[in-house]
Amino acid sequence: MPRTNCSQALQEQILQALSEQKTLQPCGGHSKDFYGRTVNGEKLSCAGHRGILNYEPKELVLTAKSGTPLQEIEAILAERGQMLAFEPPHFGPGTTLGGVVAAGLAGPARAYRGSVRDYVLGVRVINGHGQILHFGGEVIKNVAGYDISRLLTGSLGTLALLLEVSLKVLPLPEAETTISMSCDSTTALQHMLTWSRQALPITATAWYRDQLYCRLSGERSAVHDAISLIGGDENTDGSIFWTALREQTLPAFTASKRLWRLSVPPTTLLREESGEVILEWGGALRWCCENRHLIIDKTDYWDYAKTVGGHATCFRGAKPGTEVFQPLPSELLALHQRLKLAFDPKSLFNPGHLYGTTAATGL
Amino acid sequence: MTRTKHAQTCDPVLLSVLQKILPDDAIVTTEEERRVYECDGLPMFRQLPMLVVLPDTTGQVREILQLCHAHKVPVVARGAGTGLSAGATPLADGIVLSLARLNAILDLDPQACTARVQPGVRNLAISEAADPHGLYYAPDPSSQIACTIGGNVAENSGGVHCLKYGLTVHNILEIHLLLMDGTLLILGSSALDQAGYDLMALTIGSEGLLGVVVEVVVKLLPKPVLAKVAMAAFDDVSKAANAVGEIIAAGLIPAGLEMMDGPSIRAVEDYVRVGYPVEAAAMLLCEMDGNQVEVESQMVRIEDLLKGCGATSVKIAADEAERAKFWLGRKSAFPAAGRISPDYYCMDGTVPRRKLAQVLEGTAQLAEEFQLTVTNIFHAGDGNLHPLILFDANKPGELKRAEDLGAQILLLCIEVGGTITGEHGVGLEKIQQMCVQFNTEELEQMHRVKEAFDPLQLLNPGKAVPRPRHCAEYRLASGMKSGEDPHAKD
Repeated sequence: MPRTNCSQALQEQILQALSEQKTLQPCGGHSKDFYGRTVNGEKLSCAGHRGILNYEPKELVLTAKSGTPLQEIEAILAERGQMLAFEPPHFGPGTTLGGVVAAGLAGPARAYRGSVRDYVLGVRVINGHGQILHFGGEVIKNVAGYDISRLLTGSLGTLALLLEVSLKVLPLPEAETTISMSCDSTTALQHMLTWSRQALPITATAWYRDQLYCRLSGERSAVHDAISLIGGDENTDGSIFWTALREQTLPAFTASKRLWRLSVPPTTLLREESGEVILEWGGALRWCCENRHLIIDKTDYWDYAKTVGGHATCFRGAKPGTEVFQPLPSELLALHQRLKLAFDPKSLFNPGHLYGTTAATGL
Repeated sequence: MTRTKHAQTCDPVLLSVLQKILPDDAIVTTEEERRVYECDGLPMFRQLPMLVVLPDTTGQVREILQLCHAHKVPVVARGAGTGLSAGATPLADGIVLSLARLNAILDLDPQACTARVQPGVRNLAISEAADPHGLYYAPDPSSQIACTIGGNVAENSGGVHCLKYGLTVHNILEIHLLLMDGTLLILGSSALDQAGYDLMALTIGSEGLLGVVVEVVVKLLPKPVLAKVAMAAFDDVSKAANAVGEIIAAGLIPAGLEMMDGPSIRAVEDYVRVGYPVEAAAMLLCEMDGNQVEVESQMVRIEDLLKGCGATSVKIAADEAERAKFWLGRKSAFPAAGRISPDYYCMDGTVPRRKLAQVLEGTAQLAEEFQLTVTNIFHAGDGNLHPLILFDANKPGELKRAEDLGAQILLLCIEVGGTITGEHGVGLEKIQQMCVQFNTEELEQMHRVKEAFDPLQLLNPGKAVPRPRHCAEYRLASGMKSGEDPHAKD
């Protein structure tokens, strides 16, 4: 029974760390080591804990161990004409399912097809007591007990170690086309908002270097109809663009010294940024690529995001040991700390990965 | 299960402070008026509450919670009372906090495709308000005419369009949540994600145990240009169940995919006369939506698939009027059952789609064993079963038999890898079966989550998550070994 042995080995390492009062840093493919606050802890590798446990295309559900490479999952889904609809970024060759779910980052399709947590159906985890627990399941609708699977999605491994994840998957679209047109960012945002109000088969939008990109996916006829409605030119390099946007390999990203991620209500008016700006998610996600000397104070982004009702993240390039996520209101931070205690009372997992240890408990 | 306690008399000090917070007509004290609140949509669970309050501002809700927190009085929040799992059953020593008067649509932003509403706004009222802008709110539980958005958030309600459009959790952007001590938290926002933990997702479906929802921002979707529905008859239930899997396997995601068995078809047709195939053993309603050309071409594929799976007839609604008629039948299923049986009990389990036929067969066998009739009408596309147990509460022992049969059906759902509730919630109804679906350590983890939000255990206590001690008693009584992991995990 390799499944049990593998989980048990991880459980033993956790119990050992607990008895020695060590802290652990769960990791998979090291593709997102740049993300979040830096953590000092012993690496706990889940990379060996891999394999697809159940995949029934007719059920639209896949269950795999957390160390399973994302590439492997995407390949097996593609073989059966299916996909992970939230298009997670890889940020490297070794990225694992556990990392995808722990980071909770979705790709260009997010605004149209949903987020990582929208597709998480169940998890098997080890909590900070060293207990192996199972929440949710492999069915699409399930409201038995609190939705702990979705709470853990995007918690950056600070609450529990993911052992297995069940995801809802979707069929690949029959046809996919990208159209593009030249325009400034304000016009681009207007287009994005107008399209969102119409029943169009849009699965991604972005504005980059005076080009507005729009991806249409679905039945051939629906895509065809939408092209004539939206206008613009068909872009034969569309899929290359979306991959480069998702993986942050576009020149604006690679040239940036510090990358800010602004998640805002899509109707928020654009403001002048200190670096180059990239828009996606129908205007709800804005990347600011700072490439000059860092003269902008972080609080500038946080204050701005708070004012418009969103949040800002210093996605790449933060100084080690400094804050990267939008500060939480005190009562919300207090609840986060109580939840951390509820799962991981000894601060075993990734202490301080989300927020600094100003209070008793690092998140 | 129907045991009730004598409702306590409200502490005069508490009452006098409440009278300062609320106008007279917002405090229900007489027994006669409190009776209205003694149950929700599952009337076999009843309890007269100590007191009912009907605030009409968020500020009042906050003050009520702070007061109850100080007096350690438990609070059960309530929307329209349409829930089907006894999640809003009052407590003999507790207050029912009705949110029905917080019923304003605060803002509808067609530009952003969002609506900001108070918790007492009815589900359907949101879509009605959005309609002039060509928008709608997608989740559509059967009770949508009456049920409130606050209740939908508490239960993570579904509906017939879940397969394509998701549950409540997929269609909410922001929640204002009052904790028991009166702390106001804003969870989520009109941006697409948040800093920190996804507490909004955790709150949705928490059955009123973590906080009281006082404001909700919902996502509105553009109405599809066209929707078409096919009605397929089958001479065998398993053929219909198989067709469900084949449609999904073909890469089609129907907007709705519903199944009815023979007895349901006949009960409905007798009641509303919508042209259902009364001779069939089962039928499917399969709806596709999108643009004109897309839907037309998909319907051709659906028709071929259904026939390939052995459908004896496939009829595609010719126009909107006929489409509405096909759905009217589906929506009339419960009242139709009410005509053929004095009482009925609606169950709610989800199973993997490939197990549908097996579970339907197992349910029929159990029904025979318990000498009761079960009809089935459900969200086949989601694998979400709603076995309807027909019984007569006036016949001695029948109610108990119906409850026992229901419990057995839920255990069958767990056995095949499913869950005891797809969309109705656990409430008081399925608290025993929670002991089977989760082990002690898992339940303890859930209790620690509850304590992080509500350390004094004052919000809807006793619902949704059983105490491990309660489970130990249940397992002992039902013959499971004490301490035994209730479900084989490896």
